[in-house]
Amino acid sequence: MEKLISSVASRLVILVPYLWLLTFFLIPFFIVFKISLSEVAMSIPPYTPVFDLSAGWAAFKASFAQFSWDNYIWLTQDPLYFKAYLSSLLIAGVSTVLTLIVGYPIAYGMARAPATVRPTLLMLVILPFWTSFLIRVYAWIGILKPEGLLNQFLMWAHVINTPLTILNTNTAVFIGIVYSYLPFLVLPIYSALEKMDYSLVEAAEDLGCPPIAAFWKITFPLSLPGVVAGCFLVFIPAVGEFVIPDLLGGSQTLMIGKTLWNEFFSNRDWAVSSAVAVILLLLLVVPIVLFQRAEARAQESEK
Amino acid sequence: MNTTWSRFNIASLVLGFAFLYLPIVLLVVFSFNESRLVTVWAGFSTKWYVSLFHNQSFIDAAWVTIRVGLVSATVATILGTLGALAMTRYTRFRGRLLFSAMIYAPLVMPEVITGLSMLLLFVALGFDRGLWTMILAHITFSMCFVAVVVQSRLVTFDRSLEEAAMDLGATPVTTFFKVTLPVILPAVVSGWMLAFTLSLDDLVISSFTSGPGATTLPMRIYSQVRLGVTPEINAACTMLIAIVTVGVIIASIANKRREVQKARDEQAAARN
Repeated sequence: MEKLISSVASRLVILVPYLWLLTFFLIPFFIVFKISLSEVAMSIPPYTPVFDLSAGWAAFKASFAQFSWDNYIWLTQDPLYFKAYLSSLLIAGVSTVLTLIVGYPIAYGMARAPATVRPTLLMLVILPFWTSFLIRVYAWIGILKPEGLLNQFLMWAHVINTPLTILNTNTAVFIGIVYSYLPFLVLPIYSALEKMDYSLVEAAEDLGCPPIAAFWKITFPLSLPGVVAGCFLVFIPAVGEFVIPDLLGGSQTLMIGKTLWNEFFSNRDWAVSSAVAVILLLLLVVPIVLFQRAEARAQESEK
Repeated sequence: MNTTWSRFNIASLVLGFAFLYLPIVLLVVFSFNESRLVTVWAGFSTKWYVSLFHNQSFIDAAWVTIRVGLVSATVATILGTLGALAMTRYTRFRGRLLFSAMIYAPLVMPEVITGLSMLLLFVALGFDRGLWTMILAHITFSMCFVAVVVQSRLVTFDRSLEEAAMDLGATPVTTFFKVTLPVILPAVVSGWMLAFTLSLDDLVISSFTSGPGATTLPMRIYSQVRLGVTPEINAACTMLIAIVTVGVIIASIANKRREVQKARDEQAAARN
């Protein structure tokens, strides 16, 4: 009896989270794909279902003939969508590089700090992550506005005479992404640098290698797994970002997350927004798979 | 190490942390501003907090947020811990690759995709959109974060403790509750807190999956922000920050206490 309970329990450990994720994470993607192939209809929900499983296999087969690629053709005809995908990738790419430039020195400084203060520094990096994303983006509105704190400060310091326009431009979007995603990049780089054997650098310097060359030849390559993981953690969600371009960006800021949101909430076109989501997912499949493989490899090396 | 590098380290840390904290500090400071203009200081006042407490729609939204957070974080912690156990304890089972993909993918998946796909699932199933659909959605994305946090603790777990318990006749279920769970408890607790704050913060997935009558605080704040920046929003944000900060401080004190207690127990055991 006890054995039976144990074997049932060990099955449940796998089965329960597995089934949950299948139902609420994987199956929804197929529904999105299905709806992206359906016609738009003036009803609730605003699309005609492509197939209905209750009608049996014959009807299911017949429904394949009704697949409509109209929504995808629509996406290629309006240059807005193509531009939005391209500029999302571009904005996410530039922001990732900027986050790396800002984040790497922080991670390096943390890893080289005395071991006693490291936990405190780690806590200080994680803490902003606990405060709401929306609040952190909102905080920048007050700073970047034309009459905001940054302009007031710069004018008080006589650096500029007329206020700079930063809010509602792509610059504000870059600042917002770098700020919001910084901890995601700092933490993996820090953990890679902290594990590193610093005596390698000392050995190189003893042998006459200048510190900067030692950094590029030893420290940076050893921190590369952390850099890669961190960049994926910034780049992938940033491509589909909605809150930052919506609140900090302007009307000329095209990002696909915003396009999808508007298509769904303003135009109420569920079929086209599903098609937008499918293409976005296809664009992100390669980086997501690479990210998972990097994570799995890190897992293996820890064992 | 030579001093120029050290100076560089200190400078990058100071600048980095200033960049991380200054916006939040300014937000909090200006929530106590007398003036309606958020960016011009006109003296100390708590009037925006008073008007916030008289704003029924904010209070309702706060209640919805807390209910969604408590339920979803608790279920997500149970599911996420099971998921972490499955990942570390059973290295071979059919579909393990898909399972680990489903654990890691939600961590980076753009929220608009997760939100849209879950909404379409609920519509296909004929669920009424509202509080419960939002809770289901929150459980799904936050359980993956819990799984990753707990998993990182399980990887370093000393399996011989479990083996000893089982050699002494404990069933795997008893072993889990008497040996494994107490050891991984700090990770489970921080997983719960992470799930709770993720639920507390979420805007995009909530907007897709909730229905009329279930408005959360971030949704409320977002619709206000679109109309313009007001000190009242600053006050609401400050209170959210205060709740989270108090929670984190309590958790870290509790953690410290446990560690001190553990060290004391170990010393006592060593003496005997």
